[in-house]
Amino acid sequence: MDHTLESLAAEQHAGGGKKEIWRVTIILSVFTIIELALGFLLMSVVNDLARHFIKGVIIIFMLAKAFYIVGYFMHLKHEIRNLIMTIVVPLFLFVWFIIAFLSDGNSFKNNKNEWDRNHKERSKEPMPKHEEGTHTLE
Amino acid sequence: MWKGGRSPFNVEYGKLMMWYFLMSDAFTFGAFLIAYGTTRFATNGWPNPNEVFRSYPLGGNVHAPLIFVSLMTFILIISSVTMVLAVHEGHSMNRKGVAKYLVLTILGGLAFLSCQAWEWTHLHNEGAWWGRNPFPNSDGSISTTNFTNFFFTITGFHGFHVFSGVLINIIMLIMVLRGTFDRRGHYLMIEKAGLYWHFVDLVWVFVFTCFYLI
Repeated sequence: MDHTLESLAAEQHAGGGKKEIWRVTIILSVFTIIELALGFLLMSVVNDLARHFIKGVIIIFMLAKAFYIVGYFMHLKHEIRNLIMTIVVPLFLFVWFIIAFLSDGNSFKNNKNEWDRNHKERSKEPMPKHEEGTHTLE
Repeated sequence: MWKGGRSPFNVEYGKLMMWYFLMSDAFTFGAFLIAYGTTRFATNGWPNPNEVFRSYPLGGNVHAPLIFVSLMTFILIISSVTMVLAVHEGHSMNRKGVAKYLVLTILGGLAFLSCQAWEWTHLHNEGAWWGRNPFPNSDGSISTTNFTNFFFTITGFHGFHVFSGVLINIIMLIMVLRGTFDRRGHYLMIEKAGLYWHFVDLVWVFVFTCFYLI
């Protein structure tokens, strides 16, 4: 069977149509509002553990939004499985990237605070105040 | 198993390549954001985004964190929705519908760019730029310029993507109005432009969370 562009164009209609578009729009908006609400909540939370927990929840909502945009708006969920795999599998490299680099940054900070005698004191120095409209920090 | 004779992924060549381009672009943005995260993890203090991004146009010195950026976020989400609707109209070969939704998408993109231009100008007036950071850490201590460097580099790179997305959409609109796709018999080109535009929205989801929320 010859696969012309016209037949490809005709075949790619899988998916829920307009109804699905509106459903995803509402989901994305609701998730954004929840994210914003958590962002506002974060402003009044001082406890470190609670802050980390809220940030984790925000990141989960961020990933959920990414899933809906890629899956439905970009239509990836309705593509052939092999195509999905060639896109999604390489992205799992990010799991390693994030763990490796962030923990490296963290251990750099800890080592520096421990071994560089002045580093910790220096990073506690207050920032000099500037008059409104006179920003000379070059 | 693919036995030949038909497209193994059931998408045309251009769309497949768009997907692979976007995947590589995702790695570029990912590298930027991970570099930002690593630097932030390696630094003792960091400015509080709610103290930095707290203004909106004509708001004066009002303390209103997250307000303006949530407007920008919704503009981009809505323009993504109008883009899907343009693709949807393209399936039924409705030239007028495609043109209408493309115009709305372009307007959304321009609105977003205007918001970003205002925000950059405002921050610049406050003394922030590459290599200059007037904002102290959240505990009042001296901050590094990494904060502004990463902010302007990453939002700038994203803004450039929005800008090129708007250009692509304008070209698409011209082609639609001239009836190019009607003669071709399909609106597949709109789908490729749509993929790019959704990607721009996708990246903003991450930029928004990483810079403004957490």
